[in-house]
Amino acid sequence: MRALGLEVLFKGKNLARLLGGLWVAMKISLISVGLSLPLGLLLGALMTRKNPVCRAVLRCYLEFVRVMPQMVLLFLVFFGSAGIFGWNISGELSAVIVFTLWGTAEMSDLVRGALVSIPAHQYESAAALGLGRAQTYRYVVLPQAVRRLIPLSINLITRMIKTTSLVLMIGVVEVLKVAQQIIESNRMSSPNAAFGIYLTVFMLYFLVCWPISLLAKRLEKRWG
Amino acid sequence: MNWEFMGRYLPLYGEAALLTVRLGAEGIAGATLLGLVCAMIQYYKVPVLRSVVTGYIELSRNTPLLVQLFFIYYGLPKIGIPTNAAVCGAAGLMFLGGSYMCEAFRSGLEAVDPMQTECACALGLSRGQIMRHVVLPQAFTVSMPPFMANVIFLLKETSVFSAISLMDLMFTAKDLIGLYYKTTESLFLLVVFYLLILLPVSLLGAALERRLRHAGFGT
Amino acid sequence: MGVRDVTQPILTVEHLTKRFGEQTILDDLSLTVREGEVIVIVGPSGCGKSTLLRCINALEEIQGGEVRLRGELVSPGSKNLPALRQKIGMVFQSYDLFPHMTVLENILLSPTVVQKRPRDEVKAEAMALLARVGLAEKAEQYPRQLSGGQKQRVAIVRALCVHPEVLLFDEVTAALDPEMVREVLEVILDLSDQGRTMLIVTHEMQFARAVADRVLFLENGRFLEDSPPEVFFDAPRTERARRYLQTFSFERKRNHTKNENEHSERSTS
Repeated sequence: MRALGLEVLFKGKNLARLLGGLWVAMKISLISVGLSLPLGLLLGALMTRKNPVCRAVLRCYLEFVRVMPQMVLLFLVFFGSAGIFGWNISGELSAVIVFTLWGTAEMSDLVRGALVSIPAHQYESAAALGLGRAQTYRYVVLPQAVRRLIPLSINLITRMIKTTSLVLMIGVVEVLKVAQQIIESNRMSSPNAAFGIYLTVFMLYFLVCWPISLLAKRLEKRWG
Repeated sequence: MNWEFMGRYLPLYGEAALLTVRLGAEGIAGATLLGLVCAMIQYYKVPVLRSVVTGYIELSRNTPLLVQLFFIYYGLPKIGIPTNAAVCGAAGLMFLGGSYMCEAFRSGLEAVDPMQTECACALGLSRGQIMRHVVLPQAFTVSMPPFMANVIFLLKETSVFSAISLMDLMFTAKDLIGLYYKTTESLFLLVVFYLLILLPVSLLGAALERRLRHAGFGT
Repeated sequence: MGVRDVTQPILTVEHLTKRFGEQTILDDLSLTVREGEVIVIVGPSGCGKSTLLRCINALEEIQGGEVRLRGELVSPGSKNLPALRQKIGMVFQSYDLFPHMTVLENILLSPTVVQKRPRDEVKAEAMALLARVGLAEKAEQYPRQLSGGQKQRVAIVRALCVHPEVLLFDEVTAALDPEMVREVLEVILDLSDQGRTMLIVTHEMQFARAVADRVLFLENGRFLEDSPPEVFFDAPRTERARRYLQTFSFERKRNHTKNENEHSERSTS
């Protein structure tokens, strides 16, 4: 244990502190996902509209947010708001803003993909059976689209959680920062703490994301 | 905007961008190789190794690159594995990307109708010949779009390299903001340089996908 | 009808047993195919006809018995399986041309890559065969540009160019539109005139009658009949075969029911 630096975990409230740090990251991702899902649905539906201005604006937003690394977006909001506009936005708030913008873009793309993936003959068969436009959506298109969408949205949650680790870089005290602090304060007594503590953080993320991925995979299989 | 400031620090950004591209290319090459090996192991259902691959894929896909890098860069030296930042960056990207690349190749291999393999068997082709002449060329078409998406994804992921003190674009931008408070200029250059790296790849991916989708074979 | 010089056994199947889990698909089957013989296997769907052909080409693991080609064991474990398979040509229901290769490339793949024969020689042979099946001008096209009947004719040429000693045809017209069936069957008839050894699984009874030297009737994994075509189709020896052949003829029953109704009306009134 000593060689691996794992004993530090059980010293004082170290494990609880790490979990607290993890919770900070989780909170940010949960809030962002909660905002992204409805916004993404709305945006995805707007994307299938024919209005050219509306589509052009949305496309620019989507392309920019999806092509830029999330890290760059974080810098733009966190440093940009202070340096350019003189606003003082906390790291947490910047993170929620960025991840919501990003999550909305990803989600709207998933919605668009799910709607587009319904083959044209499904619409035609529904029409041939005498269903109206609204009925076609209600009974034929949406049930299929939602089945495709749910596993993908669950996957988006794991992506969001993983991405939240980036907030360390704009000074939010989350699990990696707590890990650094623990390692630093035990530098003398446990020089190998870096191994055990970072391994623990690695496994913590895994234990959070893995079950969610499994759930998504199972749903995908059941509905695929 | 202070153009003179930007002109002065342009070379610094250029160097940082080169580092990003170099490590990104190394990591992506490694990830492609690793992904190909893993996909083959899964395709041929090699015993034991198959479970190892599954375990690796789950670990790699369910943890953030930043945490992987911290473990490799700060953790591994404690148990006697020496590391240097550049190698760590590329290795981390390879560890992360291998599972994504494996998935891209696997989807391509699975998309090839099993009857194609049987038919090639009946024509007397050996396992290796079937893979080379029949399966891989068809799998390639299907794997190309997710492969390109992974390349872009991995290039974007390189943006965490500054956490292990590699002087990449993020590091340079943060440094200049801290030193001179030239936030607008630093961030502007940051965005421009990432666009310079990512846009060509993204456009190339879109063009390839369009061609594969419309061209097919002989239409 | 083709009374051929049937002498040398070329392919022997002995006590072949094939099971999928609990289900026995082929039950202790034996069969000898002689040089130049054309054998047609018929039977209801799911009787194991296609499985038998797949077992002969070692595409399936078998649970008992053996398949031998000129005395050499053909099994999924055989070391020289690719070499043996080159002597057993097989054409599938779904044609399975390689979509990324042109017609000519499809045909040349095995002869040039596997058998390492000179490309020019194989190409000349391929073009001659394509001309014979009426597809010479399609050589440079991709499978996607061909009709089903054309694809199937290419698949036959592809199998021929490997120089097989036996040809297996697995319901090669089952996936085709009716008007394309004939062009494919005529190619196979032509092959039988050339004295090729063939095992054919088909649902085309007229064709079976014309092409076969022997007709085997397979049901529940066993051969119930092994007869010359004229016997099988005109006076089948078993009741099962008779009933099977009846499924191919239709009778209009509407008039009868009408009469019956009239009868009943009359009787009730």
